[in-house]
Amino acid sequence: MIDIQNVTYHHGRSLILDDVSLRLKKGGITALVGPNGAGKSTLFALMARLLPLQSGSIRFDEMEVGKTGTQSLARKLAILRQEANVASRITVRDLVGFGRFPHHQGRASEADEAFVQKSLHEFDLASIADRFIDELSGGQRQRALVAMAFAQDTDYLLLDEPLNNLDMYFARSLMQQLRALADAYGKTIVIVLHEINYASGHADEIIALKQGRVALQAPPESFMTAENLFAIYGMDVQVETFGNRKIALHQV
Amino acid sequence: MPRETPPQRPWIRVTLTTSIVAILLCLILISLSIGVIETSLADLFSQAADGEGLLLLSRLPRTLATLLAGASLAVAGFILQTLVQNRFVEPATVGTADSAALGLIGVSIVLPDAGIFSKMLVGSLAAFVGALGFLALVKRLPRTQPLLVPLCGIFYGGVISSVATFLAYENDLMQYIGIWMNGEFSGVLQGRYELLWASGLIALAGYAYADKFTIAGLGRDTASGLGLNYSQTIHLGLAIVAMVTAFTVITVGMLPFVGLVVPNIVSRFVGDNSRKVLPLVALVGGTFVLGSDILGRVLRFPYEIPAGAIFGVIGTFVFLWLLLARPSRA
Amino acid sequence: MPDKRLIFLFLSALAACLAFMLVGARGSWDFLLVFRGTKLLTLIAISVAVAVATILFQTLSANRILTPSIMGLDALYVLLQTILVFVLGGAGLASLSAEVKFLASFLLLMFASVLLFGVLLNRQREDLFRLLLIGVIFGILFRSVSALISRLIDPSEFMILQGELFASFNKTNTSLLAISALMIGLCCIVVWRRRRVLDVMALGRETAIGLGVDTGRELFIGLVIVSALVATSTALVGPVGFFGLLVSALAYELMKTSGHGPVFIAAALISITIIVGGQTLFERVLHMGATLSVVIEFLGGITFLLIVFRKYKA
Repeated sequence: MIDIQNVTYHHGRSLILDDVSLRLKKGGITALVGPNGAGKSTLFALMARLLPLQSGSIRFDEMEVGKTGTQSLARKLAILRQEANVASRITVRDLVGFGRFPHHQGRASEADEAFVQKSLHEFDLASIADRFIDELSGGQRQRALVAMAFAQDTDYLLLDEPLNNLDMYFARSLMQQLRALADAYGKTIVIVLHEINYASGHADEIIALKQGRVALQAPPESFMTAENLFAIYGMDVQVETFGNRKIALHQV
Repeated sequence: MPRETPPQRPWIRVTLTTSIVAILLCLILISLSIGVIETSLADLFSQAADGEGLLLLSRLPRTLATLLAGASLAVAGFILQTLVQNRFVEPATVGTADSAALGLIGVSIVLPDAGIFSKMLVGSLAAFVGALGFLALVKRLPRTQPLLVPLCGIFYGGVISSVATFLAYENDLMQYIGIWMNGEFSGVLQGRYELLWASGLIALAGYAYADKFTIAGLGRDTASGLGLNYSQTIHLGLAIVAMVTAFTVITVGMLPFVGLVVPNIVSRFVGDNSRKVLPLVALVGGTFVLGSDILGRVLRFPYEIPAGAIFGVIGTFVFLWLLLARPSRA
Repeated sequence: MPDKRLIFLFLSALAACLAFMLVGARGSWDFLLVFRGTKLLTLIAISVAVAVATILFQTLSANRILTPSIMGLDALYVLLQTILVFVLGGAGLASLSAEVKFLASFLLLMFASVLLFGVLLNRQREDLFRLLLIGVIFGILFRSVSALISRLIDPSEFMILQGELFASFNKTNTSLLAISALMIGLCCIVVWRRRRVLDVMALGRETAIGLGVDTGRELFIGLVIVSALVATSTALVGPVGFFGLLVSALAYELMKTSGHGPVFIAAALISITIIVGGQTLFERVLHMGATLSVVIEFLGGITFLLIVFRKYKA
């Protein structure tokens, strides 16, 4: 369970997060949505300990962020940032191999190697395992980074707008892969999303932030209504049902 | 790079101009009255009325030299910034000054007996070629990274300067490098600074083309669309910058950051329209350099600290302030 | 089994050292061994210091263009030395031993660089070129302020002190060399033991945090080590300019990988080959003693431009 209590965050004088409290149950995918500047990425960064907390607390099960060593946390949660542009020239296999670093601190065992191999297969990277990551397409690189996070073998996985720079083919296949991870391995995945329909189509629960506050926390079926979307985004959007999913027609 | 223009408030320009002129006049009087030989202003002028003495021989030439060098370098910096469309370039950060020094070293090796005129010519030519080379480099840089331009310029200048140093070292000309790289005015006497008048005149000629430079600064496509002969304007501007730089380097040495700091400060207050801004840029440039020179003369009296050393410190401070204060898009 | 490329580099470094000892050797070996041997040790010490400091600094800032010299760290050392002279005065400074002076300015440098680059690398890291330009300008600022202060000090006094503060190739201070070698050795051991953590640091701050590395702590340790290495190499021979960039670019180009273990070794060996070999070539063969640094400056500047243009084509 992820337990966020009374988190407030200021950047200079402006208030980014205003007393946010949330509980996210273990297992499944939670999507974090909201208009630009709502504080999604800040909340993500605080959860991922990329920013220090100013007030309030965040806990992953028994581990409290800021009080637990970063190394222990790395075995509890894996993170993936949108602009993870790696400067080093390393192979896909090496990159995925770094996912095991929190477990072996640089001295990989055979079990670690095996896990890396498994991650490469899981994300269909075996054929390009020895290519350098700066030679890959954006979609392949993103998959390699997700595979690295998977190799970290954590209960929790946090992703910040992973669909940026992906075309619709890769975007959907990434969401499907995350779905499979949540279902097959019981992982808890929190994902910051821009596009509400990906949240509706793949998440178990959607949380909307607006102006630094939690505006709504609900499963997709009840979240996706024209009234809710108007309240969050301030625009009239038609919501249609296709099969068992609700789709917001916001592009037209 | 479009420069944002502050709201048009003419009174700012008027007040600014007036107060700078006032400061400048004070500085000129100070500059005339201080020196190792103690004398009063009244004495100086009465001697001068007889057509001789300290004033005409040393004090006045020195004061004029600082003003001319400062003003023309500031104008050259402004023109260069407009043409390259980047706020962080100036003769010292894009290798123009180093190219001029390299040209001067070269001519001193090949033709040791060359007169000042041919040295000047070669120096200007080298500075021009150096500036063209820089422009060719800049074209290959992504426009989304404006800070890459001065950065590459500094390294480009470093490479050129290392060639100059190598040649100078192998030919026992290191003392010239020392003189050309450190701008100072202590050696200025009547008969030894007059080249700077030419530099000032060239800067003035730049003023006549102010509008063309502004249009060229909008980029090749826009400028051509407005019927400007783009490459001709660019070459003309670079020639002006090259000559001003070479003349200054050969007479008083390099004064780094004058051409960078002054236009940036002026444009903060009154915007970037060349025709309106250039006179102010020249005025502020002269004032700054004269101020640095006076400071250098009094800080450790009777020794002198080169104006270039003083301005180097002030200039880098302002540069850092510009870098840290501005948002990433620069 | 060691990499073939490393064996090749080791042999070329060895050849450079042998050439340095043997070319033009005349007279008694007792004298030559001590005289040239001390010089050779100095060259090797600074080669290793520069190589390790550069690779480490590039990893801390997660890119391949920054070097401590480009960011003005050695200029900062010179500035601190100058301020020390200015504040203490000739008499005060002369009463201190060379070792004390060295340690004092090293501690000052450590403090200043952790303060300056700790803040800079944390705040400005998203914008590499801003960081780089700020560093370059800081370097120019440090040099300008040093020049200004040295003008304020009595010129004759400053010349004497400068000679004492910066040992040159021709006047190696043996006790300073011993301290430096010890310091460099210690730094190398610490860096070597952390090489795997550095592999992770090179992935960038956020990825490194995600993988459980305490980046703040690593940055601090790294900056302390970089300061120590820069202080020692600057104290021994003065600022080295672009040399570090040349070495790291060659090392990465040759090794093709970013594993810090092999890269550190390769960089150190390349560094020794260039410095010792270059010094032999210029001093003994071409008889152009002091121009090696100018040539290195030239090649380093070209390297920088090549890296930038290859990576950031318009």
